[in-house]
Amino acid sequence: MTAPQPATTAAPGPASSGTGRRRSGRIVPYLAVTPFLLYVTVFLLYPTLIVVAGAFTDDANRPTVTTLRVLTDGVYLRAFARSIELSAVTAAVGAVLGALLAWAVSSGPPDGPLRRGVMAAAGVLAQFGGVTLAFAFIATIGLSGFATVFLRDHLGIDLFTGGVWLFDLPGLMLVYTYFQIPLMVLVFLPALDGLRPQWREAVESLGGSGWEYWRYVAGPVLLPAFLGAALLLFANAFSAYATAAALVSQGSPIVPLKIRGFLTSEVILGQQNLGKALGFGMVVVVAVVMALYALLQRRAARWLR
Amino acid sequence: MTAPAPDTLASTAAPGRRGAPAAPRRRRPGAARWLVLLAFGVFFLLPLFAMLEFSTRQAGGRSFAAWRAIVQDPDLVSAITISLELAALTVVGMLLLVVPVATWVHLRLPHLRRPIEFICLLPLTIPAIVLVVGIAPIYAWVTYLLGDSPLTLAFVYVILVLPYAYRAIDNGLGAIDLRTLAEAARSLGAAWPTVLARVVVPNIRGALVSASFLSVALVLGEFTLASLLNFNNLQVTINLLGKRDAPVSVAVSLAALLLAFVLLLMLSYVGRRRGSSGVTEEG
Repeated sequence: MTAPQPATTAAPGPASSGTGRRRSGRIVPYLAVTPFLLYVTVFLLYPTLIVVAGAFTDDANRPTVTTLRVLTDGVYLRAFARSIELSAVTAAVGAVLGALLAWAVSSGPPDGPLRRGVMAAAGVLAQFGGVTLAFAFIATIGLSGFATVFLRDHLGIDLFTGGVWLFDLPGLMLVYTYFQIPLMVLVFLPALDGLRPQWREAVESLGGSGWEYWRYVAGPVLLPAFLGAALLLFANAFSAYATAAALVSQGSPIVPLKIRGFLTSEVILGQQNLGKALGFGMVVVVAVVMALYALLQRRAARWLR
Repeated sequence: MTAPAPDTLASTAAPGRRGAPAAPRRRRPGAARWLVLLAFGVFFLLPLFAMLEFSTRQAGGRSFAAWRAIVQDPDLVSAITISLELAALTVVGMLLLVVPVATWVHLRLPHLRRPIEFICLLPLTIPAIVLVVGIAPIYAWVTYLLGDSPLTLAFVYVILVLPYAYRAIDNGLGAIDLRTLAEAARSLGAAWPTVLARVVVPNIRGALVSASFLSVALVLGEFTLASLLNFNNLQVTINLLGKRDAPVSVAVSLAALLLAFVLLLMLSYVGRRRGSSGVTEEG
């Protein structure tokens, strides 16, 4: 009965096939997305609201900005400064070295085992990492780590003459770089693939050198993608928690560890919402960075792909 | 002296290029490239090698005792089981949540595409450490209603994998002629659930597989939420173990990294097969 009337049923209008169930027209299509919206409201939007609202209320649930003002002085401001320093340094180093590695990989065959292996390894180190990477570095340059012992016994070099830096900010920088470089490879490789061989040939046929190709053609084309990727790396390091939590057990040099302090210890009276204020501060920083990233991505898409 | 050089270079280079149509698209890798690869190889493999060395240490020799302990430690075994169960639950939840909505938005509500995409990418802007602050009160309710099981973590893990899953599935849907396929199925009398299960899903199988693999890798590596909501998954247990038995914790870490590597390597082959076979051509 239903099959031989394709002319009417194939029409895109929702009420055209005439069954009573879908005659109510406009509202019904929206019902299909309500379970999704309910779910994200409960587990994503409402929690975000709790954090944002908490940042602007005091212990008696009255609106206030004093909680946020606490962020601008003393320990919390310093924690933000250290977090930003850590993210900026590892993003810069990661972006430059990652771009270099991406270049080395991209000049090989696109479907070769080298590229597959590097991409899979980059995926693991960039996204899976966390705790396991902290242990990797403890096993390497921890107090009885492989490299520490090797350097001490064979070359007489003591890695820790200036104190045990692995469990402080310098150590975090090293381990963060270890997952920032792979993330850069993942993000930047598609941009490198977007460079057309014809552009290089055009430069060569006009008598340009390799340097001139990178300086006047590839460089400007890649610049927005490079800066965008660097911003993504910044956001990634800024929001990272697991590595720092596994590595730093005493003290809280950076913002995520400060938040841990509020979640795991007794809350001081009058500071109930300070953790939420710190969280709100993090969201603001990441949101600004991600907005810039989106802007640069659009700019990058003009030439690549 | 210098001015004519570009001209001569161009005139000599151009015919050469034209004369060799099969010239390699990519330039031949130079020594610089191998030097770069070697340096990075050492930097990235050294910690992994150190983990192997560290976890097999024994007075006057090598021992795999720490590796054997992985499957003997009851805490670790239960943590591995929980993480695997969480991965499965998250994949199922993610597919049930994202596939119908993404399909529906493509077919019937294209003007909702932007807002839905925004919501799905939102978890990238909200660090897990911040999400945990806001979600703690909600988990008080979840625990009250469903019991104190670590498997309840799957609810928030679905949110965590949303950006990656949505992007993969959205790309998959964009690559097929969804409207025509759906209309054909509808005109033959299929109900919407049938269209979804028997037309849409088989056609975006590749995207679903890659979304699932990514979700599994993310869930197996998740630490922040589990640790701060006080549930023991694999990463939390590895971290606790580090304080008690360093060699075993390093051995598990290396095993987990290798497992994730194999998983993603498999994904790269699945992804390629999707590209070559494309839309199924039956009938």
